[in-house]
Amino acid sequence: MADETKEPTGGTPGDSPRRPPDESRRSFLKVSGAAVGGVVAGGVIGGLIGNAIGRKNKPQQGGGGGAAPAPAKDFNQALMFFTQDQFRIAEAAAERIFPKDDLGPGAKELGVAYFIDHQMAGQYGMNGKDYMMGPFSKAEATQGYQASFKRHELITMGLEALNEYSQKKYSVNFPELKEDQQDEVLTAFEKGQGVLLKDVPGSLFFNLFRSLTIEGAYADPLYGGNKGMGGWKMKGYPGDQMAYIDKIEKDGFIKMDPASLHDHMGH
Amino acid sequence: MATKLPKVPVVIVGMGWAGTIIASELTKAGTKVVGLERGKNRSTQDYFMVHDELRYAQRYEMMQDLSRETITFRNTEKVKSLPMRSYGSFLMGDGLGGAGIHWNGQNFRFLPYDFEIYSKTVERYGKKKIPDGMQLQDWGITYDQLEPYFDKFEKMAGISGEKEQNPMVGKRSAPFPVGPMKKSPMMKMFEDASKKLGFHPYVIPSANLADAYTNSDGISRAACQYCGFCERFGCEYGAKADPVVTVLPVAQKTGNLEVRTFSNVIRVLHTGSKATGVVYVNTMTGEEFEQPADVVVLTSYVFNNVRLLLTSKLGKPYDPQAGTGVIGKNYAYQIVGGQTVGYYDDKEFNLYMGAGALGSAIDDFNGDNFDHGSLNFLHGANIRITQTGMRPIANNPTPNGTPKWGKAFKQASIKYANRNLVVATQGSNMAWRHHYLDLDPTYKDVYGLPLLRLTYDFEDQDKELVKFMATKTSAIMKEMKPTKQETANVITTYNIVPYQSTHNTGGVIMGADPGTSAVNSYLQMWDADNVFVVGASAFPHNSGYNPTGTVGALAYRAADGLLQYLKKGGGSLV
Repeated sequence: MADETKEPTGGTPGDSPRRPPDESRRSFLKVSGAAVGGVVAGGVIGGLIGNAIGRKNKPQQGGGGGAAPAPAKDFNQALMFFTQDQFRIAEAAAERIFPKDDLGPGAKELGVAYFIDHQMAGQYGMNGKDYMMGPFSKAEATQGYQASFKRHELITMGLEALNEYSQKKYSVNFPELKEDQQDEVLTAFEKGQGVLLKDVPGSLFFNLFRSLTIEGAYADPLYGGNKGMGGWKMKGYPGDQMAYIDKIEKDGFIKMDPASLHDHMGH
Repeated sequence: MATKLPKVPVVIVGMGWAGTIIASELTKAGTKVVGLERGKNRSTQDYFMVHDELRYAQRYEMMQDLSRETITFRNTEKVKSLPMRSYGSFLMGDGLGGAGIHWNGQNFRFLPYDFEIYSKTVERYGKKKIPDGMQLQDWGITYDQLEPYFDKFEKMAGISGEKEQNPMVGKRSAPFPVGPMKKSPMMKMFEDASKKLGFHPYVIPSANLADAYTNSDGISRAACQYCGFCERFGCEYGAKADPVVTVLPVAQKTGNLEVRTFSNVIRVLHTGSKATGVVYVNTMTGEEFEQPADVVVLTSYVFNNVRLLLTSKLGKPYDPQAGTGVIGKNYAYQIVGGQTVGYYDDKEFNLYMGAGALGSAIDDFNGDNFDHGSLNFLHGANIRITQTGMRPIANNPTPNGTPKWGKAFKQASIKYANRNLVVATQGSNMAWRHHYLDLDPTYKDVYGLPLLRLTYDFEDQDKELVKFMATKTSAIMKEMKPTKQETANVITTYNIVPYQSTHNTGGVIMGADPGTSAVNSYLQMWDADNVFVVGASAFPHNSGYNPTGTVGALAYRAADGLLQYLKKGGGSLV
């Protein structure tokens, strides 16, 4: 948030003097000037300012330093789509793609497998906005995805194929493999060696799974991943901020505690 | 059977920039207009939760539902065309305001050279300079004739730009109505580097609105907050100019505009050389309606303007073998290769901030601003740096050689998330005999109508252009002193999978000759004088710029033509 701005880079968040709490609101009103008098203004702008004020007065969850309160139960962490086995494979594979390291949390801690589960249960997994009418033909690479199955089917097939491949090569399931063995299996899929079904290369699954993992690490936490905005904090991404008009010209990196869309709800 | 509705003076198909500009001009003059929009209503209220990268940028919230309709694509006539099943190379807008809602707001005027590209090329280099198959055509209008309309669009939208006249582009009759956007550190670096090399940098003219502004229609809008959510997003502040916060309320206030959403036009009705109205489907009920009208204005996206004419059998379809016909001719795209990325180990930038049109550019290698005598291509590119707001899912920059996943990927992508700058290009694209749009013989939309088929590839012209521009972006980046830099100087075959640009153009092109163009300089159809087809579909080629400023100017020009036409009661305007 604007009042927790620290600049330039360096130090830990929270040790800089706080700015007046309503500075960003005031600067917005100043620059927006005639906004409230216009034919089309008002509406959503008023609503956002109201909520922005509302959230200034509340301590932000996960913001700043200090001891965190005991985590509340996360009702979002349940399965809409995966079986227990599929979930375990997804969690293990995502963690290898985006591992925990000295920079911060990996896919598992960020809830990425929950994110993927939720996505596969919804319109994206069902290819809701895609053209799925036939006939289906073999395509040139430049013509894009032409398969008749849907993303949720590809992910299910792919996860099960990870297990089959691991069983064949190491006689255990994918989640039980050592990290470097898991990497070997994933690399085989990435290179198209782990065949899923007739004519469907493992790389098709791998590329989708990889992009879902990245999305799960960095999408707004409302989707079940990026837990506690941990992905954003690691990357220095401040999330959902209303205005940078007073900062856009400045040199040096400005570190802020991130905000999420939840803050707009202004309970 | 379609239910026949009472006749109206003017029906407009598509409520994007072109449709709403024309609606606004006609209704202000007292003409009754019906606007048909196949998508839903939109307002700034919709954008309460707009700072959502997954929903808007990754899942294409604002875009047309491809399950209902898409296009098919092939690189050449030798290949079977297949449907674009999910989004990639370009994005098609949907709903009230159309693509005018989700644009970035980078607002340019095409160059004087563009409008007379054939004549000026022959004059300077001779006919031999134009390779066989390249269909260079003059636009049937000059920059000077279009200038007042550029000015009109810019004043309506509150285009924000520098006071000084840029020496590399067409002369302006008046300065921009609003001053330029703020300059971020990367823009200063780009400008310093370009000046050092003898180029002429300027701040990109922006529809993001640098300051609060009230236009001549009394529309007041707030200034841009640089929140970094423009392209693929709607603006919750109404700061980015879009149809819904500018021209549409003006038209609605007159009481002369009726907008019908969820109304998908499937046919233009015509007898002889006159259109008699349109047929549309209510997408909620499936019911068909016939809307008779004195004048039909097609203002949907490039692809749909072309498809409606072809499925309605209005105008002569282009035949690439015979070189006859015009509808579907001169499709062009935007060449975006040749960029240079700089990685900075010693510097960090606030890349998450920005605005869709925040940036600086040069035109020293655009149009015919440089000598092409010894070069194997025509035209050029706008070279620029932009700070549009880097969002964390899409922004994972890694130097060449970095693995695509795992610890090394994670560490590099996080390290460089705020440590990479890109000098990019917006390259022109010429039209070719074998690049065109026609009806697909196999694939259908949800109503059983044929999809539009796109046949397109990159040519040697484009590859040479990219190779040349790469040397320029690389030279500028070198002056910006990154720790290391990487230039992409090769493009091969056009691929519809990775996102490149939504600047599709042509198919219903303008010109002075009915034998080689579909519409005249008022975008009035040669073959049906009460049909106007407005949008980037009118471009005979695509320039080295974002197209919206020129679409806006052409829409104002068409509105002028429509008012003259209504007054005259018919006939050709030229």
